[in-house]
Amino acid sequence: METLNRVDQKVNININGDDVSVSKGTTILDASKKAGIKIPTLCHLKDCTPTGACRMCIVEVEGARNLVASCTNPVAEGMKIQTHSNRVIDARKTILELMIANHPMECLKCDRNGFCDLQDLAEEYGITEVPYQGRKRHNPIDLSSPSIIRDADKCILCGKCVKVCEQVQSVNAIEFTKRGFESVVAPSFNCVLGESNCINCGQCIMVCPTGALTEKGAIGDVRAALKDPTKIVIAQPAPAIRVTIGEAMGMEAGAISTGKLVTSLKKLGFNQVFDTDFAADLTIMEEGSELVHRITNNGVLPMMTSCSPGWIKFVEHFYPSLIPNLSTCKSPHQMMGAVIKSYWAKKAGVDPKNIYVVSIMPCTAKKFEAQRPELENDGLRDVDAVLTTRELTKLLKTSGINFKNLEDSEFDSPLGMASGAGDIFGASGGVMEAALRSAYFLITGEELENIDFTGVRGLDGVKEATVNVKGLDVKIAVASSLGQARKLMDKVVSGEAEYHFIEIMTCAGGCIAGGGQPLNTDLERVKARLQSTYAIDAKKELRKSHKNTEVQKLYEEFLGKPLGEVSHKLLHTHYHEREMK
Amino acid sequence: MVKRMSNCTSCNCKSSKNLPEDLVKIFEKYTKKRENVIPLLQDVQEKYGYLSKENLISISEYLNVPTSNVYGVATFYNQFRLVPLGKHLIRVCRGTACHVKGSDKILDKIESELNIKAGETTSDELFSLETVACVGACSIAPVITVDEEFYGRLQQKDITALIDKYRKSD
Repeated sequence: METLNRVDQKVNININGDDVSVSKGTTILDASKKAGIKIPTLCHLKDCTPTGACRMCIVEVEGARNLVASCTNPVAEGMKIQTHSNRVIDARKTILELMIANHPMECLKCDRNGFCDLQDLAEEYGITEVPYQGRKRHNPIDLSSPSIIRDADKCILCGKCVKVCEQVQSVNAIEFTKRGFESVVAPSFNCVLGESNCINCGQCIMVCPTGALTEKGAIGDVRAALKDPTKIVIAQPAPAIRVTIGEAMGMEAGAISTGKLVTSLKKLGFNQVFDTDFAADLTIMEEGSELVHRITNNGVLPMMTSCSPGWIKFVEHFYPSLIPNLSTCKSPHQMMGAVIKSYWAKKAGVDPKNIYVVSIMPCTAKKFEAQRPELENDGLRDVDAVLTTRELTKLLKTSGINFKNLEDSEFDSPLGMASGAGDIFGASGGVMEAALRSAYFLITGEELENIDFTGVRGLDGVKEATVNVKGLDVKIAVASSLGQARKLMDKVVSGEAEYHFIEIMTCAGGCIAGGGQPLNTDLERVKARLQSTYAIDAKKELRKSHKNTEVQKLYEEFLGKPLGEVSHKLLHTHYHEREMK
Repeated sequence: MVKRMSNCTSCNCKSSKNLPEDLVKIFEKYTKKRENVIPLLQDVQEKYGYLSKENLISISEYLNVPTSNVYGVATFYNQFRLVPLGKHLIRVCRGTACHVKGSDKILDKIESELNIKAGETTSDELFSLETVACVGACSIAPVITVDEEFYGRLQQKDITALIDKYRKSD
């Protein structure tokens, strides 16, 4: 009973003259938020340990000698708080001026121009000059990673990237190193990001308040290809793009804009626009067959999904003994690239050497994946360039495309048809659900009536279920974020938990919250995107991958059967152990 | 070859690394807890004179604390060295009395004479240079120590001969 009482205990405080009652243990920052007051902060990260590093959230508490950091201080009964007194405002201005004194001031040519928290606060607090002159840092820009650029001179040492890498992803690729003026967030041993155990998820970019962490852009390469008359440039957007690009182009959160997306890509000059969701259906045919094969032939179990390239690199670094558990299926956009440059090229009568495949992905790790040496066929890369949702947004804005007012159009055929199962690949649990819809058919030869596996849907970190397939209890688990994946893998390794099939997505919630998505991604937006993802599926007639007639045709005309010889060559891959640093 | 220890619990890796006996003896004194990072770093440095990359990784694996965390701690504190010490350790006192008596000029002169900065070691591994807060010999400021020897009331012009003495002795 004592616990119950403690949960309900309320504390009465006064913020800016208004009486507020909040639960005991609430920080001043959260209490103010509840009271509708926005306190600025550059280092606060929801659900991670508050560190009070940036000092922007300081407030005045009556009776306290100094200003206190509202993110680390809990409320106390009778507390009187001023969040925007003159003393507080002056102190915040000084803090900003000191941060800016050691900032490169390259705003006009910064990737984050217009999307920078430091810039926003400088504007909000009316910073018009920097009264302090001191030493400036001159660290080299780390361009070694295919996914992420690290410019330590723009870093304000807020520590959010370190926290998300450690506490959410459990990767620990970066940490504060050295001390004082020399402090820099970096991988161990002065190693560059591209040689570290960074798994390229890009969640550090999502939380970075400045331009210290940005994606390795491919807009220049894509525009050059679009200008080249000898190239056949083909776009393929991932499932999660259609529920975010509208939002990024000024529509409401979660706006479903599949048709506008296709039109906009055509307007940009892409010769063909195919759907990665088609390749998701294709993945299900291969991965579902692989699962059935493993179950019926005493293969290595649990089988684990391989669509999320951050997760793949995570296994290669941290759980190399589980590499045989990874499905050998390439991820959908890589499969699509391989199919375009073989099947489609032949059908269209074009030389695959002239084809330039551009994947539009919610993900920075896809950039790394597309460069993996093994993901090619006859010397031709499966995928030539990867653009994130953010980069597509920039490209559309540069090209003056009024996205909201575009007409809808359809994906090109024959690689444009997708089932609802393919459409839900962008949400945590989506690959599992899609696989189950078809695996049932693949095992029993019968169609499943109720295909809504609601138990694997939603934003919970780990979801488990048992599905009865004609007497066989198939045990499944779904995890999103690598911190959650690590917990699950430890159980698998220790033998504490046994499963047949596990789906892992690198980013919490899945690709709808990927590291390549718009920077203002928050829980509410992710929920809206999640809802839209399942709405797309629910509205479709075609909801099972194996019923996709274009996929069936691809097998009839070209691939033969799932796991067949051609599939093996084009659609499957291998992994290798990587050093842990 | 990927090197890891058999008792690594953060991953399911196989043992492929035999630790030196000295290191094992140090590790045995400590439980596998995060709070033992600093004492372990201190003991390993005392044994080997510095913290090698291999030993930092071994400490991280033994304690099951990410290498980035261990490296972060090792680079945060001035007491830890990530490169081996030179044959002779020169310490320049930067305490108040020495500062008043111009220890900054003494430091400048030594830095240019050795062509290294404080905290570094010469490429011939003969000298390492450090600054310290006080050596407790304020009455003869400005003071430096070379190994166990004290040199007081120094002037810039004394430095070349002093360093040459150690160069010649080797």
